[in-house]
Amino acid sequence: MALPLAIETHQLLKKFGTNRAVDGVDLSIPQGMVYGVLGPNGAGKTTTLRMLATLLRPDGGEAHVLGHDVAREPARVRERISLTGQFASVDEDLTGLENLRLLAGLLGFRRREGRQRAEELLTAFSLTEAQNQQVKYYSGGMRRRLDIAASILVTPDLLFLDEPTTGLDPRSRNQVWDIVRALVAGGTTVLLTTQYLEEADRLAERIAVIDRGRVIAEGTSAELKASVGTSVLHLSVLSPDQREQAAGVLKDRLGVPAFREADPTALTVQLDDTARAPLALHALTEAGIPLRSFSLGQPSLDEVFMALTGRPAESDEPEKEVVV
Amino acid sequence: MTEQDTMATPDAARDTSLEAALQSALARRAAPRRPGAISNATMFGWRALLKIKHVPEQLFDVVITPVMFTVMFTYLFGGALAGSTVDYLQFLLPGILAQTVIFTTIYTGVTLNTDISKGIYDRFKSMPIWAPSPLVGAMLGDFLRYTGSSVIVVLIGLLMGFRPEAGLSGVIWSMMLLNLFAFGIGWIFTTLGLLMRTPGTVMTISWIVLMPLTFASNVFVDPATMPGWLQSVVNANPVSHLVTAIRALMAGTANLGLLVKSLLMPAAITVIFAPLAMVLYHRPR
Ligand SMILES: Nc1ncnc2c1ncn2[C@@H]1O[C@H](COP(=O)(O)OP(=O)(O)OP(=O)(O)O)[C@@H](O)[C@H]1O
Ligand SMILES: [Mg+2]
Repeated sequence: MALPLAIETHQLLKKFGTNRAVDGVDLSIPQGMVYGVLGPNGAGKTTTLRMLATLLRPDGGEAHVLGHDVAREPARVRERISLTGQFASVDEDLTGLENLRLLAGLLGFRRREGRQRAEELLTAFSLTEAQNQQVKYYSGGMRRRLDIAASILVTPDLLFLDEPTTGLDPRSRNQVWDIVRALVAGGTTVLLTTQYLEEADRLAERIAVIDRGRVIAEGTSAELKASVGTSVLHLSVLSPDQREQAAGVLKDRLGVPAFREADPTALTVQLDDTARAPLALHALTEAGIPLRSFSLGQPSLDEVFMALTGRPAESDEPEKEVVV
Repeated sequence: MTEQDTMATPDAARDTSLEAALQSALARRAAPRRPGAISNATMFGWRALLKIKHVPEQLFDVVITPVMFTVMFTYLFGGALAGSTVDYLQFLLPGILAQTVIFTTIYTGVTLNTDISKGIYDRFKSMPIWAPSPLVGAMLGDFLRYTGSSVIVVLIGLLMGFRPEAGLSGVIWSMMLLNLFAFGIGWIFTTLGLLMRTPGTVMTISWIVLMPLTFASNVFVDPATMPGWLQSVVNANPVSHLVTAIRALMAGTANLGLLVKSLLMPAAITVIFAPLAMVLYHRPR
């Protein structure tokens, strides 16, 4: 294939003072897919995206976007990308329609075409009713959709979405996911950042996990989970007094301890092999312990992080960072 | 030919017409031709107008301050300085006009500073547009503010008894001169707006610069009555040159020399600060 990579970075670096926000990131992202960048707060997701979108100059390393060097040919890059920032990149004081018409005008649509295109997108994103309201009165989900609409007035070859669903309810989140899938079906490459493993799993063909400015794992969702090596079996016994017995059976059969949850009927077991889950269930049935429910969950981001870094993802305080 | 085969998924309580709208809205299409610099800047001008439409409060200062100044200074100083308020008004109004418009330039910096910290600037900067267009377009909003406040001052003046000998044309020429002057010195505040962290700081620094500049001038009194050292300060003050030019325009006695002299400083400021502002705007943060 002669297509250049959508994104190729080599030892990308960005420092803020002594803080290496992005510390040698290598990415290699083919065109035509959703690529997920997964990481906790402060991992360097936004900083990486801003460098790729030509908003920040890298302090070291190289980045090529669709074959163009971001430092040397930023204008060429801008022609082909679109960015939906983490915090609303639309004008709060203007209405939804005005926002889209303004951006359409900047992109070269004539008055009438711009209005048509804006209305078409507003309809598609179920924003018609609110189109004449100022954006500051929009809900989080509406704002996000408008923000994405603003990014695709002209279909970009590469779309950056920075945490597009953080803070959205499940319904709004699904709408955003639908939009992303439709865009990719149309040939756009999407780079999205997220803090949710589930989101990366559902949407992204490949995932890079970043932490403290470094890529600590890369691959498909399946590869990632395999490398983490656990899936989680959640069980709930019918009666609380059978929980201890159930825990014993599980320990015998699977060789790993069951974790007792706060709910007096609930148990959690970490499995390194999903195929062993049926064994566990079978053993409990044989022992005559009825279950109210069971589910096999994916490891959470926290668990992935535990496995990859040996510490939880939620650590807001970098333990040994220099205080500025 | 948009009749697409939208197969309703079995679980779909989902609206298939919306689904179709989504598909067709997301379909790839040819991008329009890239517009030129003027077109880009005009769009930002439109944005400035929309902002004024949606947030008219921002015009509050532009309306109230000139009314206050004109009325206050005329009645406060008029009797003492010129014997009668109407005589004094004839002298004061061109000065107040200049002062008002100069003060209004502060909003250029404050507005930009507030605006640029918002996420939408990330979008503007990542779009393939003429880079300075957001700054240039914002100036269209500024011209509106300058013109608005000068119209108000002139109207108040006329009500209170101000009579420009040169009539309407004197007023119009004055406003054009004021707009040019304000455009020039506006670059200082654009630069400040890009440099400072908060709108409050921009405001404070702007006042510190402008207060002495407007008061140590010939806006309120004829410098002939001042001590020698102050006279030389006042006579070197570019605001004095502006006020002198406006007085002459209103009186119908202006000449090219006066106009050129009054625009020297704003021209110099533009030459220095406009490129500086562009560098700051593009400074990666
Ligand atoms: N403009 C800036 N000046 C100084 N430090 C910054 C700046 N932007 C980001 N940082 C620092 O760089 C690091 C990475 O920040 P970044 O915003 O890229 O993280 P993130 O992964 O996007 O986090 P989040 O999930 O919270 O959005 C953090 O330590 C942050 O404090
Ligand atoms: Mg971020």
